[in-house]
Amino acid sequence: MDGALPLIWRKFGERYDLDGNKCGTCGTAYFPARAVCPKCRRKGTLVAQKMPKKGKIVTFTELFAGPAGFEHETPYFIAIIELDNKARLLSQVVDSEKEKVKVGARVEKVFRKISDIDPEGPIAYGYKFKVVG
Amino acid sequence: MRNVSIIGYGCTKFGEHWNKSFRQLIAEAGIEAILSAGIEGKDIEALYGGSMASGRFIGQEHIGALIADQLGLNPIPATRVENACASGGTALRSGYMAIKSGEYDMVAVGGVEKMTDVGVEQAAIALGGAGDQETELFHGASFPALYALMARAHMDKYGTTEEQLAAVSVKNHHNATLNPKAQFQREITIETVMNSGYIATPLKLLDCSPITDGAAAVILCESEKAKKLCEQPIEIIASEQTSDTLSLAARESLTETKAAKIAANRAFERAKLKPKDIDFAEVHDCFSIAEILAIEAIGFCEQGQGGKFTEQGNTALDGQIPVNVSGGLKAKGHPVGATGIAQAVEACLQLQGKAEKRQVKDAKIGLAHNVGGSGATCTLHMFKALEGKN
Ligand SMILES: [Zn+2]
Repeated sequence: MDGALPLIWRKFGERYDLDGNKCGTCGTAYFPARAVCPKCRRKGTLVAQKMPKKGKIVTFTELFAGPAGFEHETPYFIAIIELDNKARLLSQVVDSEKEKVKVGARVEKVFRKISDIDPEGPIAYGYKFKVVG
Repeated sequence: MRNVSIIGYGCTKFGEHWNKSFRQLIAEAGIEAILSAGIEGKDIEALYGGSMASGRFIGQEHIGALIADQLGLNPIPATRVENACASGGTALRSGYMAIKSGEYDMVAVGGVEKMTDVGVEQAAIALGGAGDQETELFHGASFPALYALMARAHMDKYGTTEEQLAAVSVKNHHNATLNPKAQFQREITIETVMNSGYIATPLKLLDCSPITDGAAAVILCESEKAKKLCEQPIEIIASEQTSDTLSLAARESLTETKAAKIAANRAFERAKLKPKDIDFAEVHDCFSIAEILAIEAIGFCEQGQGGKFTEQGNTALDGQIPVNVSGGLKAKGHPVGATGIAQAVEACLQLQGKAEKRQVKDAKIGLAHNVGGSGATCTLHMFKALEGKN
């Protein structure tokens, strides 16, 4: 599933450029983009918007047992990141000193290979984050 | 107003059943339930079967009709119910609603998962289906990782400690030693948990529930009829179900489970009860942190105090509110689709005074809290015993 070409292609905007959207009615930013603002429903006015590339770690974990396709990456960090427009996403945190990966740490987006579960299939790229400062 | 009661129940031993298939497990639990109800198969008008991932685990979908077939119940309507790890709780609620609606008077409800026919890696992929594939699993998050993210957030906000998390597992392992159907029959200590190795920090191996085969079933009946058929029907006095975002990152809070909180509030309102009125609870402790989140959401303790509350022994068998006296998912085992039904079976045993060594004294009202995924589905049921025929 993860290796299906149309799925990878369809996600380019989201996974390469953090394409999301924002509700013009209540101001909430959504990533990934939503079809409906859950707060305003039909009164919402969603417009496409790129997410900021910087944010902070809200919570994190270091995985010592990775799921299929990620076994060789362990140990690695997964975090929930709050971007500077308050939208939150889950991402790996890479290229960072272990001690600096903590709640509240500033992070910025980097572009990386995510997985290649199927050795014959396409490689999925996308965002990861690294600690800055 | 029609009400709904459980008049019979059955549950297999939980564990690694190398010699038993999916259909044998559900047949065993289902037949036990029908016999304990003292009814005949022809009395059952419909069936709901909960299974999270039979397609991934045994390559078999369409299990509603399969279960009816194995129990000799064809041609009754038989429906599979899937809500990840809350499939059992949702099946229970589906049966409850079917009777409540007036369409049926007697319904069989089952839950089953056969998880050990695939390797651990394949099992993890199957369970991963409960999370958001596109925004979580794709990035390398596992299920332990999602709960670890909540655990870290809880520790950061409230000062919850890893030892307090471990106390959940220690208690549930102890309770399981009193339950002959539990997967694990051994005591563990805080040190054993602390030294069991990180899976996803701060969660260690012994913070996680195991891979389990098992099945459970109950027979539901309209309450007036139930009183004529059964000595001590167990009435479902509240049944609630809620949903939240599949993706953890999209939730309003990482330190409380909103779906469970809303379900609990509605259930207490409907049953006209308060948390202090509950005598015991079976909650969804797929990970140690999940039990802490559950007891806070239900209101057994203050928000943020679940770790300390557990560490102080308040949720032990002899504590102020015994939680997971069966051993819980952690130590009784977690055959995902069966879990929600097994919780109801434990409620019946406790309320009928048949829980033997793990019997809660004077148990009058029981509660079951079943969660799908990292909290996107919650079902919450409350039970009390009725006086039936002599
Ligand atoms: Zn809006």
